[in-house]
Amino acid sequence: MDLKDLYRDVILDHNKRPRNFGALEPADARAEGHNPLCGDRLTLTLRLDGNRVTDIRFEGKGCAISTASASLMTEAVLGKDIDSIDGLRAIVQRALTEHDYAAPPELGKLAALTGVREFPARVKCATLCWHTLAAALERSGANVSTE
Amino acid sequence: MNAAARSAPLQRYDVARIRADFPVLSTTVRGKRLAFLDTAASAQRPLAVIEAVDRYERSSHANVHRGVYQLSQKATDAFEGARTRVQRFLNAASERECIFTRGTTEAINLVAQSWARSRLGPGDEILITWMEHHANIVPWQMVCQQTGATLKVAPIDRNGELRLDAFEALLSPRTRLVAFTLVSNALGTVLPAARIIAAARRAGALVLVDAAQAVPHQKVDVQALDCDFLAFSAHKLYGPTGIGVLWGREAVLRDMPPWQGGGDMILTVSFECTTYNTLPYKFEAGTPNISGAIGLAAAIDYLEGLGIERVHAHEQALLRQATAALTAIPGLTIVGQAAHKAAVISFTLDGVHPHDLGTILDAEGVAVRAGHHCAMPVMEFFDVAATVRASFGCYSDEADLAQLVAALGHAREVFG
Repeated sequence: MDLKDLYRDVILDHNKRPRNFGALEPADARAEGHNPLCGDRLTLTLRLDGNRVTDIRFEGKGCAISTASASLMTEAVLGKDIDSIDGLRAIVQRALTEHDYAAPPELGKLAALTGVREFPARVKCATLCWHTLAAALERSGANVSTE
Repeated sequence: MNAAARSAPLQRYDVARIRADFPVLSTTVRGKRLAFLDTAASAQRPLAVIEAVDRYERSSHANVHRGVYQLSQKATDAFEGARTRVQRFLNAASERECIFTRGTTEAINLVAQSWARSRLGPGDEILITWMEHHANIVPWQMVCQQTGATLKVAPIDRNGELRLDAFEALLSPRTRLVAFTLVSNALGTVLPAARIIAAARRAGALVLVDAAQAVPHQKVDVQALDCDFLAFSAHKLYGPTGIGVLWGREAVLRDMPPWQGGGDMILTVSFECTTYNTLPYKFEAGTPNISGAIGLAAAIDYLEGLGIERVHAHEQALLRQATAALTAIPGLTIVGQAAHKAAVISFTLDGVHPHDLGTILDAEGVAVRAGHHCAMPVMEFFDVAATVRASFGCYSDEADLAQLVAALGHAREVFG
């Protein structure tokens, strides 16, 4: 277990210069996520064309893992339809928690986050944005929590 | 040679010998020496406590207050002996005033649900401070919802001190209870108890003191404090988890209804009429945490054996060193700079989230708390989501501090 595995350059870069940071107004879907353990908060706004995400932004306060994860996620889902986002979300969930999971190539740059597997207390930091995205896509508008 | 020097030879505070009393301190974390700096969350246990609990489990366990057989009498004697030890520790007038609970949280809930719920109503007020732990906020919110009473909160200033003028302005004949912490768990602030209690008395309010963070660092004397209730937990005091104490003034406790029903808290039960037991058993329904009480008594013996004043002096010396060392780190901000503090330092480091800092320090063997410290209003007041908190105990030493400072340097390297 090495800190370098957790804080890879990609993570540190996305933490320092988060991509797609901000809010869309108006938005077709939005949701707020909250990690009560560390106080991290995240707001996602999306524009949709039918089933396809045509624009996405996030804003909020969080640790390096949650900020980088949200930033990487916005890049990964932009332009994708809801079905393939659901598929990717399931892959990410397994890649962040299962040690012997051989992730398919669709994981792409998100593989930088797999270091959290060795830091169980930090997995929720990385998955918060994905839970929030699911909530936004369900158009529920309801707050989701990692608890 | 003067009399003081003859009667009290000054002994060196031998922290290395004290550390040897705590088995966990010689373990390693990720191959590194453990620097345990989270004593304010839960203190480690000395062998004296571990062995007292072990001895009880091996040779003296049976249910208390029940059996006529010898073993049950042994267990009862040990359990009641622990209560007497608590009574002496707090300088309580009687052991009847010392109620065993699961901890500080349950003790405060007991007062909320028994005392406050049975006598407060619309127009009545409970006054707390902005610095309270959630355990001294939420039970009062709950009972205010149940009774229609109002919760008032006295503000703090940027140093993390209670604003006494504002506190006193919030007191009125409507104030029925003042509930405050002696020492802030998130900031380390030591509150001016004498002034708070005297002002509450003038307003005719009862006073509950949350002493969870205070008892490991200072002598707490309930008669000198002149409060009505005082709560603490054993595990902040080098004792076991799951056991704590509510002390209450006997005249007040006597008039309070029981809050949990069951065995031990009754004298007679019939389907028509149940009569309740006397103090303190009226508030101790069910089989208690017997080994926990015995561990608590052993922890009190241990701490008083070291000398609370000497432990306090040692921790304060470390606090001064730590404050100087951390202040010198660029980008580091100490949150809570009260004039009188317990050995607790809450801080933030620019550009590194407290949660990331907690993980990086852990990789260097340094155990600290990263989060809101169950005091979210305090975090909100200082406009931070969380802080890192290093806290010191009787066994903390300069090597712990050096390891913390080095690990903070490492965090800087990781985050550039």
